[in-house]
Order: sequence, then C-alpha cells, then structure tokens
Amino acid sequence: MSNNLSSSDILKLAKLSKLVLSDEEVIEMQKELSQILDFVSKLSEADVKDIKPTDQVTNLTTVLRSDKNIDYGYGLEDLMKNVPNRDNDFIKVPRMLQES
Amino acid sequence: MDNWLDLDVLVKKVKSGETTSVSLVEKAFSFIKKNKEYNVLISDFESDALAKAKEVDIKISNGEKLGRLAGIPFIVKDNFLTHLGFTTAGSNMLKNFQAPYQATAVNKLIDEGAILIGKANLDAFAHGASTENSDFMVTKNPFDINRVAGGSSGGSAAAVALNMAPFSLGSDTGGSIRTPASFCGNIGFKPSYGLVSRSGVIAMASSLDVVGPITKTVADAGLILDIIGGQDQLDGTTIKRDSSSYTLNGNLKNLNGVRVGVVTDFVNEDLDQKIKERILDTISKLRSSGAEIVDITIPSIDLSLPVYYIVCPAEVSSNLSRYDGVKYGYNDSTSTNLENYYLNSRSKGFGKEAKRRIMIGTYVLSSGYYDAYYKKAQQVRTKLINEFNEAFEKVDFLVGPTSPTLPFKIGEKSDDPVQMYLSDVMTVAANLVGIPAVSLPVGFIDNLPVGFQIMAPFKADKKLLDFAEFVEGIK
Repeated sequence: MSNNLSSSDILKLAKLSKLVLSDEEVIEMQKELSQILDFVSKLSEADVKDIKPTDQVTNLTTVLRSDKNIDYGYGLEDLMKNVPNRDNDFIKVPRMLQES
Repeated sequence: MDNWLDLDVLVKKVKSGETTSVSLVEKAFSFIKKNKEYNVLISDFESDALAKAKEVDIKISNGEKLGRLAGIPFIVKDNFLTHLGFTTAGSNMLKNFQAPYQATAVNKLIDEGAILIGKANLDAFAHGASTENSDFMVTKNPFDINRVAGGSSGGSAAAVALNMAPFSLGSDTGGSIRTPASFCGNIGFKPSYGLVSRSGVIAMASSLDVVGPITKTVADAGLILDIIGGQDQLDGTTIKRDSSSYTLNGNLKNLNGVRVGVVTDFVNEDLDQKIKERILDTISKLRSSGAEIVDITIPSIDLSLPVYYIVCPAEVSSNLSRYDGVKYGYNDSTSTNLENYYLNSRSKGFGKEAKRRIMIGTYVLSSGYYDAYYKKAQQVRTKLINEFNEAFEKVDFLVGPTSPTLPFKIGEKSDDPVQMYLSDVMTVAANLVGIPAVSLPVGFIDNLPVGFQIMAPFKADKKLLDFAEFVEGIK
C-alpha cells in the first residue's frame, strides 16, 4: 500500500470529519497521517482468509433492560444547563441556510 | 506517616475512632497543596470533601453502620462524570461541561462511604501515553519532575504516588491505566472488558475501554474491583462477575502447579537490557516459588499495535462525532450558519491528537479503504484472540514488562505521533483481546520505577488478583 496522502486527500477527510484545517495543519496532517498509515500498513501482510471480524469480545447479544421507567436522577434542567444558546426549553442554533 | 495504609486498615481505624475521616481528607489536601508543581489535578473539592468527612465522623460517633470505604478520600480521572465541578476529559472542548449525572463506578464508591476529593489530569479524551496531549497541562513524574507520568491516566497515577489519595480510578483503552501505573510505581489494574460499568465515562473507543483502579497494593485493587465490578443496567456491555468476591487475603501460599508464560515477543534481545534484568529477576523468583515457567510466542502480537491504531481511531472518530457545539461543549458563537457552527466548534474545541485520530478513523472507515484497513484489523483481532486462547491452554498467566521504556523525558516523543504510539506496544493486546491485565512495580532503575505486566484469560480477574498479590509479596 502506498500511503502518501495528498493535500486534497487531507481536505476531503477534513470535510468528512467536519473539521476545518489551516494551511499549516494540512501540511502537518499530510506528513503525520502518511506516517501513521505506513505504520499500520504492516497489516497487509496478514493472512486473514476465512477469518471472521471481531466487533466486540463479550459475546453478549441484544441486551435489554426491563421495560420499566427508570429514574436516572436528572431532569431537563440538568441537561439544559450546558446548552450554549437556549430559548426557554429550546436549543437555538444558527440558521441552516445562508440568507440570499 | 507519609504513605497511606492499606484501605481495609484505614477503614477499620476510621470506624473504630482511632482516626477520623476529616484527618484523612486533611492529609490528602496537605499532599495536594505541597505538590502543585506536578500538575496532577484539574479540579479539587476541599470544602465539600471536608463537609462530607465531618458527616462520616458524626455518623460513626453516633454508632451508625457505614460502608466498606467509610471516610476514605479518592480521586478520579477527569473523564468520569461527577456531580461535583466540571468534567473536562482534559479537553478545551469540555472545559466548562457540568455533567448531568454521575458515573456508576463513582456512585458505587460513594455509596460505600468514599469521599471524592478531586479529578485528575489526562491526555485530552484519553488520547495518549504521557498526558502531554492534555489541553491544560503536562503531569510530571513523581520520581523525576522532568519526565512524564505516563498516560493517559497520568494524573490518577501521579496522585497515588504523591499520596494525594490512597487510591484513584482510571480508564484503560490501550494501556492508559497500566502505563502510568508502571511509570509512577503503582498497581494499575485493567479488568476484563465489561466487568466494570462504563456508564458516565466519556467514551474513547467503545470496544476497548475499561474502568479500573490505581492503588498502592494489589489487595486495595481487589477491594475496589469488588465494589465497582459487575453488571449495570445503565451499561449494556457489562458482564457477570467471575467471582462473588474480589477481596484478597493471601489465598495463594506458593506457586506449585502454576504455569507462567513469558511472552518472548516482548522479553527478547530487543528489550532494554536493564528492564529485561528486572523482569527476568522477577520471573526467576516466580520459578523458585514453584511456578513452571514456559516460553510463549503469540505469532500475531507484532500486529496488535497496527490493529489498535486502526480500531481505536475508527471508534474515536465515531464517538467524537457527538461534539457539535449544540447541546454542550465548546461552541463558536461567531458562526452565522449551522454548517460553519459545527465546523468551527469542532476545529477550535479539539486539540491536535483528537483531530489526528478523527481523521485517521474517518479514513479507515471510508469507502474504498474499509476492507483494507478496518475490516482487516477486525479480522486480525480475531486471530489475536484465538492465539491468546491457545496460549492460555498451555499457561495460566502471561508475563512481561508493562512498558518497553522507563518514564521518558517531557517533550521527547511529543513531536512524533508514531513514536508515542509505540509506547503502547505491550499493553494494547489485552484491550483487543478483552482480557484482564495488571501492572505492578518490580523495583527501580536509576531511581525510576519498572512495571511488570501480568495478563490472564478473559473473566479470570480473581485468579489474576490472587496471583498478583503473591508476586507483590515476593518481589
């Protein structure tokens, strides 16, 4: 595997990651991410024919709690106190679309 | 009386009136104040803790029955949600976050009478092996102030080494309890995956994260695990306990019939000579105590770090997608539309390493690369699990060093992410496989502590603790 990421690769990844990077960060990420990918590319040697992937190790499946209302000990105000911009019990965000 | 006594002894003294909880809390704060330069705690709660301690002392003088940690001060890593103070995860993103509820592990300790006195520094979102990735400060090593305390639970480990509390809690995703315990000369216990509830612990990589204690003795680790271990309806990934009790009382009298595997992939000519001597010395003591020593090779273990640095960032990128500045966390009030609000809140709120891991995780999960990276890593993870299972048919425990190096100098590796990742080379396998592992101190090299790692099969936590207690006794 060749792991030299271009600056456009980095910008595409940043977009997918919902991050904006400065020009310096793009250069830095290009170098560091390429190094990290080089490091993990050792995996390409591994023979994994017919081996199932592991998602988790407990073998638990579909854990359900009893269908009862649980008192978690907190209410709306406990959740709302961290909201940066609120209007009574509503959370406010900037508009989605640009004004034309 | 610098050092703390064993927890069970301390509790007896508090309950009998021989000492008071107030005096324990005062003692803890005298060490906290004396050691500010080590950058251990992000927040502390002196007046609140003293008030709680007074309540405990009054209850005791009134003859009320109290829990198994009555009046004992403790510290948690600042990625545990707590009612008191802020829960920052060591990040600017959560600098002012007030948790709406409290972690189950913290609740269980408080229910037994323990008193939360402070919250410890960590690499932001637990991403790191040195606490140098904390957005606030670098925790210094208690044995050499120019060196790192290890990470990511560096504050939790330094706190115990500096006597700020008799025990603390950390979280371990790829070695984050064991590495700092090794660097600070403590016991660091990583339980089997799922044994301790993670409800209220800020998620890093959910298929790997575990919660565990950092203590002065193995028996203390057993007591804490006994209190915090077990299923929790608030965490659907929790498993049944492998033992009704994890408290220890010197069950093992010798090691006759115990088979100990030396992981030759770690203990070989490449290992630092001085660390190797300490490790081999401990192994020879195990042999003279009756253990059968066997060389074990795990063929895929050299792939465990590459697997980890695919699986971990993949899960990190998913877990950190919740930080959008809307409901909590850093928010960019200058943005005039929602898309920019997300972008700017995340880009200003996350530090370098978080961004790096989000980007790598996004890459390995993106179409075209998923099969080559993420799926392949998951398949090699299966191979590793199979190989560990085969090894545990031959031996009861696997041993080796916790870290390939002694505590390193601050700044020595912080410019090179891959060098920093290599610090985790001996610890990540236990997380990928899900098995319990402990780091315990086995002496010093140039006045810096060396950690000995013991791993046991999945859900053999009690057996591991019994064995570790024996090893602690003969060192």
